[in-house]
Amino acid sequence: MSQPSLLADSDQPVMPAVNYLNADRGVKSWLFTLDHKRIGVMYLVSVLLAFLLGGIFAMAIRLELTTPEPTLMGANTYNRMFTLHGVVMIFLFMIPAIPGVFGNFCLPLMLGAKDVAFPRLNLLSLYLYWTGATIALAGMIMGGTDTGWTFYAPYSTTTPMTVFPVLVGVFILGFSSIVTGLNFIVTVHTLRAPGIGWMRLQLFVWAIYGTSIIQVLATPVIGLTVMLAGIERVGGFGFFDATKGGDPVLFQHMFWFYSHPAVYIMVLPSMGVVSDAIAAFSRKNVFGYKMIAYSSLGIAFVGFFAWGHHMFVSGQSPFDNGAFAVISMFVGVFTAIKVFNWVATLYRGAIAISTPLIYICGFLFFIVFGGMTGIAVATVSLDVHWHDTYFVVAHFHFIMVGAVIMGFLIALHYWFPKMFGRMYHEGWGMVASAFIVLGFNATFIPQFLVGNAGMPRRYFMYPERFTALNVASTAGASLLAFGFIIILVYLIYALLRGKIAGDNPWNSRGYEWMTTSPPPKSNFHETPVITSDPHSYQNPGEEVEHVVI
Amino acid sequence: MSSSDAHAGHHNPNLAHHFDTIEKQDHAVRLGMWLFLGTEVLLFAGLFLGYTVYRHFYHDAFHHASRSLNITLGATNTVVLITSSLSVALAYYAVKVGKRQLALGMLAFTIVCACGFLVIKYVEYAHKFHVGSLPGKWFNDPSLAKYPGANLYFTVYFLTTGLHAFHVIVGMSVLLWVAKGVYKGRYTAEYYVPVELGALYWHLVDLVWIFLFPLLYLI
Repeated sequence: MSQPSLLADSDQPVMPAVNYLNADRGVKSWLFTLDHKRIGVMYLVSVLLAFLLGGIFAMAIRLELTTPEPTLMGANTYNRMFTLHGVVMIFLFMIPAIPGVFGNFCLPLMLGAKDVAFPRLNLLSLYLYWTGATIALAGMIMGGTDTGWTFYAPYSTTTPMTVFPVLVGVFILGFSSIVTGLNFIVTVHTLRAPGIGWMRLQLFVWAIYGTSIIQVLATPVIGLTVMLAGIERVGGFGFFDATKGGDPVLFQHMFWFYSHPAVYIMVLPSMGVVSDAIAAFSRKNVFGYKMIAYSSLGIAFVGFFAWGHHMFVSGQSPFDNGAFAVISMFVGVFTAIKVFNWVATLYRGAIAISTPLIYICGFLFFIVFGGMTGIAVATVSLDVHWHDTYFVVAHFHFIMVGAVIMGFLIALHYWFPKMFGRMYHEGWGMVASAFIVLGFNATFIPQFLVGNAGMPRRYFMYPERFTALNVASTAGASLLAFGFIIILVYLIYALLRGKIAGDNPWNSRGYEWMTTSPPPKSNFHETPVITSDPHSYQNPGEEVEHVVI
Repeated sequence: MSSSDAHAGHHNPNLAHHFDTIEKQDHAVRLGMWLFLGTEVLLFAGLFLGYTVYRHFYHDAFHHASRSLNITLGATNTVVLITSSLSVALAYYAVKVGKRQLALGMLAFTIVCACGFLVIKYVEYAHKFHVGSLPGKWFNDPSLAKYPGANLYFTVYFLTTGLHAFHVIVGMSVLLWVAKGVYKGRYTAEYYVPVELGALYWHLVDLVWIFLFPLLYLI
């Protein structure tokens, strides 16, 4: 292949004749590939399927809740639906989504590396994901689980439904997550190209690095916890069983020791995507690079000591409650540092209105609104009122759907041309983004209100007076679903018929754009030498100059 | 780093295509192994937490249940494992300086120690099954029945030593695989990192037991 051109406005962009997508052919060349880019694409297909499943279950819940009385399904089915929704969205979509897809695809490119440190382990992590997903979903089909995604003992160890395979599935998915995190940490340490010091890492890399630390340190504990719950269920060891002297609250501690940091496994990569993309779409250096980088590590660190805020009403001492509340609020400090820096990056930038930028704005709104309500629920006295109500559900979804899915959509649109060499239709992209952002608000703002009014989460029926807000929420969810369908349609069209993107359609200065789009199988023909800082847009009029391949 | 790394280049069959030098690759695999050992420590940490909580709740029961263990067998096993840690370290050293026979002998000795550990553990387990000192709902040891929480001692005992025994078996398999590589001449003074990683894993297995022995037997 000839020297790749990096000029965005070369007359007729052409697709590189040989790239990672067509270098080898056949199903086996995909299933047994060690190429991080192909593994990323397979992850993309897998997590999108998981997202579709989780979305269908969410719509089933919302439709049932349009009326106070049972309509579509029985109570037991309803319990299965919200468990399915939680387990699928959390363990099969949000945790692997951005690291598995865009971390895999972009991280080595951003480091100027040919692959991740352990390509075989990388493929293993995908296989483990498939295995865990299959076992968990098989359990769901065989009998279903009604515990919710939290598997609280003693209910999860005594309910007559099929919990065991789901626990096994989660255990295996945990391994997949650990392997990915371990691989990325080692990759960042050992495979940086000459010229990329730690202060030249792209902010997405910093975010993935922080995420990986959490994945490696926290996931073994959830593995052990679900294993103990499984043993308890089958063997009656009494570990979490109060009738045999065990302590069910211990389950909650061990569960949240993982599952609280896990929300940062989900949200940190999104923050990384925003940090990278916001520079590209405001044509401006990232404001406060070091602050954004360090605050990722700060969130990763503090996140380990905040788990007790899930247990304010589980009988902790008032001192513990207060300590966990204060530590939780530090997460808000680090997040605010990021938000101020992002907004300062936009300020006086040459803003290019585009679909990713709209999602960035949505992300900023959701993370501020969701974050503020997070501070509110971290306050012990307020949380006693809101605990187990729709208020917490709405807060959680503002961060998880609002921030994480916005981040996923930004990444999907921003790196789509990088991955497939074609552009999506910008007009349709904007239409869909309007549906998504508005539909999202319409879904979850009513849930704040209905929760504050006293509607508990996971309830199947509710008093007449909550009907209007529930109908509003379901209407919003329908808009959201419609938006996702539009995205699915135009992205599939773009994949087949989209305009050829050229190597760097955004004229971005991220290192991953230094090679062709889509990249050749080996990423770079020679190890590149980096001479510029990341996100460096000093002279906004000029074209990218760091052609070093 | 040994001097052999100096002539590493793209011709080195042990060098993966995406690493520039063998030094970088060695650094990467060592770092990966240490991270993995960190995850293992955290896996056990959950059980140690359970131990702490239940020993705090049922202090007397833990004390008396602990007396029912056979300290002689436990101490013997401790000596066996520490000796095996020494022999695996010597095996690593032997590979590094090119003494293949010594390395194979030391690895074989380590694996024999591991088997010995499992045999002694089996004897202890068999006795526990015999007298009914079993976890949770299976507990029916009349001599400890007057101490509430004794069943949880055996829950913790079987979970920790069981998970540890599983790691002993995995460690044995790893060392067998390493020994095969040394035997076939794949791991030599030129390329010995896999032996080092196997030995590190075996040290972790030993280390966990060094914590388990006093916490379970000597309270």
